[in-house]
Amino acid sequence: MIDEISWFAIFPEAVLLAMACAIALLDLRPQGPLRGYTYTLTLITLGLVALIEGFFASTGLTLYGFGNMVIADTMAAWLKCFATVAVMVTLVYGRPYAGARDMLRGGELFTLSMFALLGMFIMISGNNFLIIYMGLELLTLSSYALVALRRDNVQAVEAAMKYFVLGAMASGFLLYGMSMLYGATGSLDINEVFSAISTGHVRHQVLVFGLVFIVAGLAFKLGVVPFHMWIPDVYQGAPTAVTLMIGGAPKLAAFAVTMRLLVEGMLPLAIDWQQMLMLLSVASLFIGNFAAIAQTNVKRMLAFSTIAQMGFVLIGIFSGVINGNTISTANAYSSAMFYVVTYVLTTLAAFGVIMLLAREGFESEEIADFAGLNQRSPLYAGVMAACMFSMAGIPPLVGFYAKLSVLQALIASGQAMHIGLAIYAVLMSLVGAFYYLRLVKVMYFDSPITASEVVAGADVRIVLAINGALVLLLGIFPAGLMALSAQSVLQMLGT
Amino acid sequence: MGLLSLAIWTPIVFGVVLLALGRDDQAGAVRWVALIGALAGFLVTLPLYAGFQLGTAEMQFVENSMWIERFNVNYHLGVDGISFWFVLLTAFINVVVVIAGWESITHKVSQYMASFLILSGLMIGVFCALDGLLFYVFFEATLIPMYLIIGIWGGPNKIYAAFKFFLYTLLGSLLTLVALIYLYITSNGSFDIATWHALPLGQTAQTAIFFAFFAAFAVKVPMWPVHTWLPDVHVEAPTGGSAVLAAIMLKLGAYGFLRFSLPIAPDAAHEWAGLMITLSLVAVVYVGLVAMVQQDMKKLVAYSSVAHMGFVTLGFFIFNDLGMAGGIVQMIAHGFVSGAMFLCIGVLYDRVHSREIASYGGVVNTMPRFAAFALLFAMANCGLPGTAGFVGEWMVILAAVKFNFWIGMASASALIFGAAYTLWMFKRVYLGPVTNHHVQELQDINAREFVMLALLAVAVLYMGINPKPFTDVMDASVAGLLQHVAQSKLP
Repeated sequence: MIDEISWFAIFPEAVLLAMACAIALLDLRPQGPLRGYTYTLTLITLGLVALIEGFFASTGLTLYGFGNMVIADTMAAWLKCFATVAVMVTLVYGRPYAGARDMLRGGELFTLSMFALLGMFIMISGNNFLIIYMGLELLTLSSYALVALRRDNVQAVEAAMKYFVLGAMASGFLLYGMSMLYGATGSLDINEVFSAISTGHVRHQVLVFGLVFIVAGLAFKLGVVPFHMWIPDVYQGAPTAVTLMIGGAPKLAAFAVTMRLLVEGMLPLAIDWQQMLMLLSVASLFIGNFAAIAQTNVKRMLAFSTIAQMGFVLIGIFSGVINGNTISTANAYSSAMFYVVTYVLTTLAAFGVIMLLAREGFESEEIADFAGLNQRSPLYAGVMAACMFSMAGIPPLVGFYAKLSVLQALIASGQAMHIGLAIYAVLMSLVGAFYYLRLVKVMYFDSPITASEVVAGADVRIVLAINGALVLLLGIFPAGLMALSAQSVLQMLGT
Repeated sequence: MGLLSLAIWTPIVFGVVLLALGRDDQAGAVRWVALIGALAGFLVTLPLYAGFQLGTAEMQFVENSMWIERFNVNYHLGVDGISFWFVLLTAFINVVVVIAGWESITHKVSQYMASFLILSGLMIGVFCALDGLLFYVFFEATLIPMYLIIGIWGGPNKIYAAFKFFLYTLLGSLLTLVALIYLYITSNGSFDIATWHALPLGQTAQTAIFFAFFAAFAVKVPMWPVHTWLPDVHVEAPTGGSAVLAAIMLKLGAYGFLRFSLPIAPDAAHEWAGLMITLSLVAVVYVGLVAMVQQDMKKLVAYSSVAHMGFVTLGFFIFNDLGMAGGIVQMIAHGFVSGAMFLCIGVLYDRVHSREIASYGGVVNTMPRFAAFALLFAMANCGLPGTAGFVGEWMVILAAVKFNFWIGMASASALIFGAAYTLWMFKRVYLGPVTNHHVQELQDINAREFVMLALLAVAVLYMGINPKPFTDVMDASVAGLLQHVAQSKLP
């Protein structure tokens, strides 16, 4: 069933695909070392796509296309809008960094990023197991190539190999789980799988068997313990611009896929997957926070911190359904969505500062490289400090409200064990506060090793300042983004 | 915009402007802007005094507007007799610390001044917030500027002190956050503190909530045995940081007991009052003795702060109006006196760069005007009648004797210890012959320091001679609170 609505539903994806191909061709035109022409075209395209998605989100429509294979609802539109903006910001921060490392001899950074974004779009909008899988593969294949973009760098190539091998295995898990579900329910369509499970006539063992593999695949993509091993190595090994491309926007897509598969597809199995997610979350909070303390490399530290942060996201996801009661469901999922969005915002700014401090032939990755940043540049030190306090969950920064809302969802379930879990989570975030504070300490209390000025282009400076300001301003006025998350999730659950 | 909003945001706006525009090479201008900001912040609190209605326990100057709709969080401000004086006290101390840092801070002046201005606004916010989450946001946000103040402008071991301060207090507050969320859910989605006051709670829930709040507030007060962060932090913090910490930040914890622990969990508060009284008495007696053997002046005053705050919590948990009002008066008086004590140490430290008692001796010979101020504040610290320090301690002791003779007896012993450690320090530092060339070369205080100390001296004497305006404001609210606490909230 391909009708007009189908084309309307995938209009942004179509624009993105067409422009990605066009830019790949136009990039052949001779241009300067920083590829200003390709860069400008890419940003214009992405800006346009973000506007379309934002407009679509504000209409509140829900469209199904291609015989229910894709869905375009408010949640998808907002997540796609945020993902697009995140990729734009990544490219703004990453271009000077990549240019100084010989990664801009061709325009691959831009075109591959656009294809990765297209993959995310398809994941977010997929309403069918195979479509989601295709989107995921498009995203990860582009990511493998991006990680390996610095061919002559041993670390980057090693990271790409690790990422590829483990990523392929995780995709295999996911696909295997999907095939089990297909075998049990006879359909790949998420809505039909849901109906088939709801009837209660499908054998539970088979479903749970498939579910385990799906959760494992998702856990790999989200990067939670015990499927987290790739994260530190890839974060550290990949060129920082690419690290941000992997660690930023794709988290939004991973969240969307988790929602589609576990909630829209398998809500009747909630009691099973909630337990799995709870274990993953508890382990992630522990290992992520404690391992981060031991790191001396900022990228690696942020990698472990990501693992811990994803543990918090999972809290929001597994608190949704309590004893078959779905009253607090929207509350819990929207808190998880708020968490992911603010996490991506904060991560962007943090990696932006890391890239800014890196110079030609010098990676500013060690914690010691941040020494005395406040004396070299109060603005960038301020942005980084805001990010660190936000990730530690100190008000009035936005990260506090993210933690507040997931903890609120957790306690709202009214189970004594969940209150215990909430106390565990806050204790873990206390451990987390230690290493975030350590970076602030290095920037503010230590003396600088170098007195060199931090130089940055106007575009980087402006975007970074806005990004840092948002971390604070969304903390003072969080109501809008919270309402937006709540409304998106409510609409998703309602259809 | 209401008066309370003005009181909160005026210093914060000045602070942000300083952060954005302040340059290191224009330190002079930065100092003046900071002083104007602090003065403006103080001036906008004065209409509160003029407009405050006595004789009612109701919240006044209330502002209420929706802040976060999804969680039903309101920007809800108001003051009653309990919180009223702390708004003025905070704004006043802020002026004093801006003056105190005028010459001694030469590094990153704009960030220093901005930190204090923002901190002052946040602390006023804590005292005004009538919404649980708003309170928590202000309460926690104060950690960030204080962390930076200790870490950037502190002494040799500043990093240890900054981390200890931050993590120690964060641990307590995080447990409180869980309690706040629990209350939010139990009250069917309300963060309003007044709603929580009326919320019936079972004994187990009350006990859990009481101790969750205890974790945050007892650390902040600090009560024995969780007071160990305070001496370390005071020793390393810059003078202004110590003054604000002792004068205002400790009061945030004590205020939290009055606003949260007692009215929300009254049955648990009664049940555990014995424990709280014991801890308070240990602080008063034992920590008083610990103060006596200190070699470092800042440490001595820090321990003396713990002992004085013991009076405050003692006053709260004997549940009578004299004790509670005495506790609040003691909080205000301690704000003036301990702030002044730390500033005096700062005056000496700026000149000699030592806080050791042994480095001094005979300061009165070279700095007579300064020694006069120091004597006044030392007397206030031991609770001499006619100074601010006397009023609160006397009220609490009286109430304690009424409650139980032996408790009153034990708490009264603090007057002896207080006099002992304070006067002994005074003798060793100020009196006697000049002991070394550092003291010989001391210059007496300049006009700026004179103004700073005179402001505090006036406050200490005024409050000691005429405490009635202070107690008048709080009487109705204290009576209302006690009446509320006397009723069981068990369902």
